[in-house]
Amino acid sequence: MSTLLNIDAVSIQLSGDLIVDRLGLSLEPGDIGCLLGPSGCGKTTLLRAIAGFIPVSQGNIQLHGKTVSSERTQWPTEQRQVGMMFQDFSLFPHLTVGDNIRFGINRLPKKQQEERISELLVRIGLNGYQNRYPHELSGGQQQRVALARALAPKPKLMLLDEPFSSLDAELREVLAHDVRRLLKEEGITALLVTHDQQEAFAMADKAGVMYSGQLLQWETPYALYHQPTHQLVADFIGRGILLNGEIKDQKLHCAFGIIEHQQLHGKPDMSVNFLVRPDDILINNDSSMKASVVGCGFRGSHYLYTLELTDTSHVLAVGPSHQPLKTGEQIGIDIDFDHLVVFDSSLCELPD
Amino acid sequence: MNRGTLLLFAVAVLIGLPLIVVALSLLNPQWDILYHLWQTVIPEYIGHSLILLFAVGFGVTLLGVSTAWCISQYDFPGWRWLSWALLLPLAMPAYITAYTYTGLLDYAGPVQGLVRDIFSVNIGEYWFPQIRSLSGAIFVLCIVLYPYVYLITRAAFMQQSTTAFESAKTLGAGSLRSFWKVALPLARPAIATGVTLALMETLADYGTMEYFGVTVFTTGIFRTWYGIGDAQGALQLSALLLMFVIILIMVERYSRRRARFYQQRSATRPPQRRPLSGWRAAVASLICWLPVVLGFAIPAAQLLWWSIQKSDIWQQSAFWILTFNTLWLGLLAALITVALALWLAYGRRRHPTRPLRAAISLAGMGYAIPGIVIAVGLLSPLAWIDNQLITISEWLFDFNPGLLFSGTVMALLFAYSVRFLSVSLQTVNSGLEQITPQMDDSARTLGASGKRILWRIHLPLLRSPLLAALILVLVDVMKELPATLVLRPFDFNTLAVRAFEMASDERLADAGPPALMIVVVGLIPVIMLSRALRSNSLKTGE
Repeated sequence: MSTLLNIDAVSIQLSGDLIVDRLGLSLEPGDIGCLLGPSGCGKTTLLRAIAGFIPVSQGNIQLHGKTVSSERTQWPTEQRQVGMMFQDFSLFPHLTVGDNIRFGINRLPKKQQEERISELLVRIGLNGYQNRYPHELSGGQQQRVALARALAPKPKLMLLDEPFSSLDAELREVLAHDVRRLLKEEGITALLVTHDQQEAFAMADKAGVMYSGQLLQWETPYALYHQPTHQLVADFIGRGILLNGEIKDQKLHCAFGIIEHQQLHGKPDMSVNFLVRPDDILINNDSSMKASVVGCGFRGSHYLYTLELTDTSHVLAVGPSHQPLKTGEQIGIDIDFDHLVVFDSSLCELPD
Repeated sequence: MNRGTLLLFAVAVLIGLPLIVVALSLLNPQWDILYHLWQTVIPEYIGHSLILLFAVGFGVTLLGVSTAWCISQYDFPGWRWLSWALLLPLAMPAYITAYTYTGLLDYAGPVQGLVRDIFSVNIGEYWFPQIRSLSGAIFVLCIVLYPYVYLITRAAFMQQSTTAFESAKTLGAGSLRSFWKVALPLARPAIATGVTLALMETLADYGTMEYFGVTVFTTGIFRTWYGIGDAQGALQLSALLLMFVIILIMVERYSRRRARFYQQRSATRPPQRRPLSGWRAAVASLICWLPVVLGFAIPAAQLLWWSIQKSDIWQQSAFWILTFNTLWLGLLAALITVALALWLAYGRRRHPTRPLRAAISLAGMGYAIPGIVIAVGLLSPLAWIDNQLITISEWLFDFNPGLLFSGTVMALLFAYSVRFLSVSLQTVNSGLEQITPQMDDSARTLGASGKRILWRIHLPLLRSPLLAALILVLVDVMKELPATLVLRPFDFNTLAVRAFEMASDERLADAGPPALMIVVVGLIPVIMLSRALRSNSLKTGE
């Protein structure tokens, strides 16, 4: 099957400001994509352009092979068969749950409408809530109704704008899985926008980090975490600290000593920043490499420690929830880089 | 700007026309007229206005803040009932309250009669306070206008009390110190807003001042226009009154400039009411009962009594024609202003450009402008337009159509639109705010056309705000006195004008039935308001 959503070198200007800058990405049918990024990076603007609320100033957006947005074409939202879920859910407060879901399928025969509504209500676990009003529902329930409403007309593409940000953390994770399951069951392609990477990891087949209008990387969440191609991606995704080092003869000289790694093969000599994730550091008191504990935070299932290395640089490490280490304690550590991610430190930090 | 926006802009400016006319007369001062007025009346007007502003400001603050505090903080017998009964005086136009107290306290009234019976004295042999005086006017305005302060301050107290007040107490401050040092300063912007509203009404008042013989700007403008026929003088006096209003607005803006720092997110936890008993409960009850009795119960009882005395009036068709006329006029004005407000509000929602926003704020200023100023600001442009039309018509058709605008219902409707547009604009805007842009967007992603969005989403959601706006304007038009007096067509009356005429002719009892009618209709928005407040406090879990 062909690509369902294809965004090609799209730029978007809003009142003179360049909000999205020559951005490209594509989604295969049934895939769930996720745009991560700090607020103001342009991710919501891109979503609104795909929905057809704002025009693009350059490039084009194709939905199932048809150009819906370009410099010259601008299909109206109603004709794009795009569903959208908003941060505030935007349920119609004067309509019941059933009528909210019905809103987009009012042209179907009455019987089919009813069937679709009850089918969706069962799917979202709100069977019997048909005649309730939105204000009688909890936040999580409203969110699921909003999803059902957007799913009802079977859109080709579903856009979700920070769909879980108004819910509390626990509910978020449950709902993220529910939403993923529903989208997969209905076979709907989706593009999600969020600043919460846990959400992205839970939902997405493909994810990317946007920064001031540019898409820095578009990959599987795994690759995004373990093989960031950009310092900002490394910084934004997951916990981790960038340490300074020097590559000499394809070996990394740093606070940990001299490291050999297959990913250093073929690299020229240069000074670099390299990424140290908590999972790269193993606490092992038999090890000759020493560090002292300078901070510790209880995370429930584990402890997150801040360790000071002999050259006074700090790294993060994870330890078991039971025998906690004390601040000031000297411990031994092993390092185990599954992926060694290095960035040329002479390169500018920000994209142009 | 496209053509639609341009039209929108033009209408918004047209609504601001009377304001512009009056303000422009400030730029073009007639020194000889001003000098003459300064020599004769202006110092007195300014003096009386200042006394009124300070005394009424003090009075409404005292009544409004003390009742708001008791109702928001304490649990004492009847507080639930009192919390909305305290709003009842809003249904009473000040001039009607003035008539009732005159009826009660004048020489021939029952109170002085009782005094004479008890002490066996005759008229002139004892001292009794004169109600038809400056202090009488202050008394009447205080008991009629305090609900503005009560309403806004109560909301402020209820929002803040949990966090700030309780932290003050955990820091060791007693109740009294917490009130003075925390609760009151936090509520200050709200109090200032309420007091400003009350003082605007004070400056705009014509009926009470005229009846009590207090010389202020409103009565002066009226006399200069009708008594002396001096249009320029009336315009210059209007401009001076307008300056007072503008200073008031500026003071209010100034005191609110940091208000957003005070506005906490509401609905954290409903305030814990402290139960009162014994003499404390009695004091709290007294504080809250007093304004209700003085501001509503006594005047309403007097009106009822007059209406029973003059029961024949209720059977006269003339009275019902008058009532019907008033309602019809009010409804027409309400429909016009609400339609205008809807149009302007949608225009601003769609094209929130700076000039359009400015023009709409200008159009929304009307409520701050005294009715008499609007009337004076309208008369000269309307007369000018009429004269031009007559000239053109005589030149073209050799026919004199007479005055088309001045002295017709058209002029009245125009003035009402100017004065009450902001009322409906605010109500419509608050309704539109409920309909977030995301809702429109959602509907569009669900395939709905603009028409379907309007019919299925906007109109159902706007229905109750639109209805509320209609009722508010209708009631305001019914109560409106000075603009109606100046602009009404010859021999055209409203209930308010009728009550005013009867009272001016010293036929107070005859003023009873039309006044009662106004108050009864005026109770509708008060009831709506108290219901809205109750459902609000239910939402915050009270």
